[in-house]
Amino acid sequence: MVLFGAVSSGLGQTLPGMVTISAGVHRPLFRAEADPKEIPVKSFRLDVLPVTNGDFLEFVRANPPWQRSRVKHLFADEAYLMNWTSDLDSGTNAPANVPVTQVSWFAAKAYARWKGKRLPTVAEWEYAAAASPTRPDGQNDSEFKRQVLKWYSTLGSAELAAVGSGRTNFWGVYDLHGLVWEWVADFNTAMVTGDARGDMGLDRQLFCGSGAQGAKDVGNFPAFMRYGFRSSLQANYCVPNLGFRCAKDL
Amino acid sequence: MLSATVKLNNANQPKRTLMKNSINTLFGRTVATTTTLVLALFAARSLAAESEAATKANGAKITDPEVTSTETAVLTQAPNVPPPIKRKLPAKVIVNLEVREVTKTLAEGVEYVFWTFGGEVPGSFIRIREGDQVEFHLNNHQNSKMPHNIDLHAVTGPGGGAASSFTAPGHSSQFSFKALNPGLYVYHCATAPVGMHIGNGMYGLILVEPKAGLPPVDREYYLMQSEFYTTGQYGEEGLQQFDMTKAIDERPPYVVFNGAVGALVGDKALTAKVGEKVRLFVGNGGPNLVSSFHIIGEIFDAVYQEGGTTPSQHNVQTTLIPAGGSAILEFHADVPGTYVIVDHSIFRAFNKGALGMLKVDGLQNQVVYSGKEVDANYLGKAMEAGSENEKKLAKLKAAVAHEIQSNPKIADLNKEIQVQKGRAVYLQACFVCHQPNGLGVPDQIPPLAGSDFLVNPANRERIIRGVLVGQSDEMVVSGKTYKNTMIPLGYLTDEQIANALTYVRNTWGNSADVVTPEEVAKIRKDAPAPVTPGAQYE
Repeated sequence: MVLFGAVSSGLGQTLPGMVTISAGVHRPLFRAEADPKEIPVKSFRLDVLPVTNGDFLEFVRANPPWQRSRVKHLFADEAYLMNWTSDLDSGTNAPANVPVTQVSWFAAKAYARWKGKRLPTVAEWEYAAAASPTRPDGQNDSEFKRQVLKWYSTLGSAELAAVGSGRTNFWGVYDLHGLVWEWVADFNTAMVTGDARGDMGLDRQLFCGSGAQGAKDVGNFPAFMRYGFRSSLQANYCVPNLGFRCAKDL
Repeated sequence: MLSATVKLNNANQPKRTLMKNSINTLFGRTVATTTTLVLALFAARSLAAESEAATKANGAKITDPEVTSTETAVLTQAPNVPPPIKRKLPAKVIVNLEVREVTKTLAEGVEYVFWTFGGEVPGSFIRIREGDQVEFHLNNHQNSKMPHNIDLHAVTGPGGGAASSFTAPGHSSQFSFKALNPGLYVYHCATAPVGMHIGNGMYGLILVEPKAGLPPVDREYYLMQSEFYTTGQYGEEGLQQFDMTKAIDERPPYVVFNGAVGALVGDKALTAKVGEKVRLFVGNGGPNLVSSFHIIGEIFDAVYQEGGTTPSQHNVQTTLIPAGGSAILEFHADVPGTYVIVDHSIFRAFNKGALGMLKVDGLQNQVVYSGKEVDANYLGKAMEAGSENEKKLAKLKAAVAHEIQSNPKIADLNKEIQVQKGRAVYLQACFVCHQPNGLGVPDQIPPLAGSDFLVNPANRERIIRGVLVGQSDEMVVSGKTYKNTMIPLGYLTDEQIANALTYVRNTWGNSADVVTPEEVAKIRKDAPAPVTPGAQYE
């Protein structure tokens, strides 16, 4: 899937708009019986903000095959950039400072390559997103958990806010919660079949412990929802409320 | 049909293959080889192999030799039920169900973001016939935030269709099933976290009619009980959020019929005529509680317990309906009047909203039910004096009320609010005697509608006291004399009494000023000591 070889930024360079997330561990919600409870996450760089319509417009200008009328549906379904006015005008429904949505995994990945970056992994994304405004691990911060859950109790049809209008988390990253869903590189490795009860089935030794113990924290509803959402996707899906941000190795 | 095992179905197969390719790409180009990815790749390959095997085993094109015609199912919103099926042969039935996430009213002034099958809670009623081949389309609206799926208890197969119907926002899934077993079945969303998807309103009923059909009746209705776990307590106004802790603890602030407090009262009550045979299709969406379903003043002639196809019992007062289960209930409407539908786990009815109404019109049948024949004084023990805290609170409320009254603009708005809130109190505490239309009962319960007594300023204090401590003196209302006793309703708060009185004094042709909680509090304080039960015998 190499459509564009050009990498506009040199490796190792300090890229604006990214912060370093220190090394740590991610404790996955679902895992195989034989899997470690903790997955080490190496130190990496992460975009402070989700990619906006303005950013994505630059990308499609520079890469015409990714313009709406020219994209191959194998790589982006019919909903690709449907909220834009035309190929090279995001229009009033998709202001420049608002996260780009209705982009496929392939498109997000191509954008990241063009920027000399990549998509974060599930482990990296979840690890970065576990941080509350004040701590790298917000798991025991009930106010933080309440704020995160709040987004799931509001309508998806609401107009999106501009990026960076909320509060940064411990790492200095904006909008990991409460704005849009985000693509990750390995979005479909959670192995949720769609029937959440089956995923905890006793015969699913491959990635579940046993019974309901297959999930690390049965009360972590937002994590369930993120895993559920990711596993409902296919790589060419373009979904309203689903955007992305980029990561980079140190 | 909660399945212990889930086999990957055909629909998942391309996804897994695609994923495998994607991961290979990742390995080659951008992402470091981490433990996660190694395991994920291993898992992807195994699952893909498994599902390929499943595809072969299942065969390709589905054809049902029994099916001779095709039709699209008519879906209805509660309390309506699609018409009985007249067909004598199985058909291919196409069902189009749209999942929508919507903000709607849960109770007066209380909003909630519901996740729905068809835009309403409960979800659309689906009616098919035993032997039908159903082609099911689950469409997830593009404004949805969540992926959803559907588990129909009428489906024979792992997951009841859940895995085959897992659908991202703005996408659509299709699967088919043959309706092997007749009966009344619950359907619901089974996407993780399942409890939250059900708790937000994702359930409905599908009726698979037996080949011979159900016995004819005059009316059919669709009711579904469920509970809601809001962060705020019952009645707390504004947009409420789902409360995970309360859901896990099974402590719902709301237990309701058809998705909202008051969905089946007042002008939305179910109706029937004397002499008619009525059938209720009742489901329980849960997510947690079992219903003790009861209609006050009615006896079920037949109960098809747990939604089966033969009457399992006759002459039933209260029937249990499990969460994720149903019952078909039949009765004759013999006596006119308003029948109150409750979950007889009774605090749910009067304090959490599980209360509906059935209004039966027609001629009185004095043999079956006489109405009140004897009335004698027997006043229950009235309110005890308030605690110090209650007094302080009352003072504070009175101060606020005074402030509001002294500003005429606020006062006008306040009246409207009081009327709205008072209606809710009336429909819980007053309508059983005074009737939903305020007309009372001839010669026994005085009418509130068009009542000169009620709006006469001279009676103001007597009316308030009557609500607080009861009323047994003779009174003349609109030219007629009434001698019956009114029970004390002092358990209502000052605000509730003020609102209810403001409502009745400004409804059904009445027009008067507001009754304030302050006034009620004052009269409550000065109210004569009520008769202690049994004191007259000492």
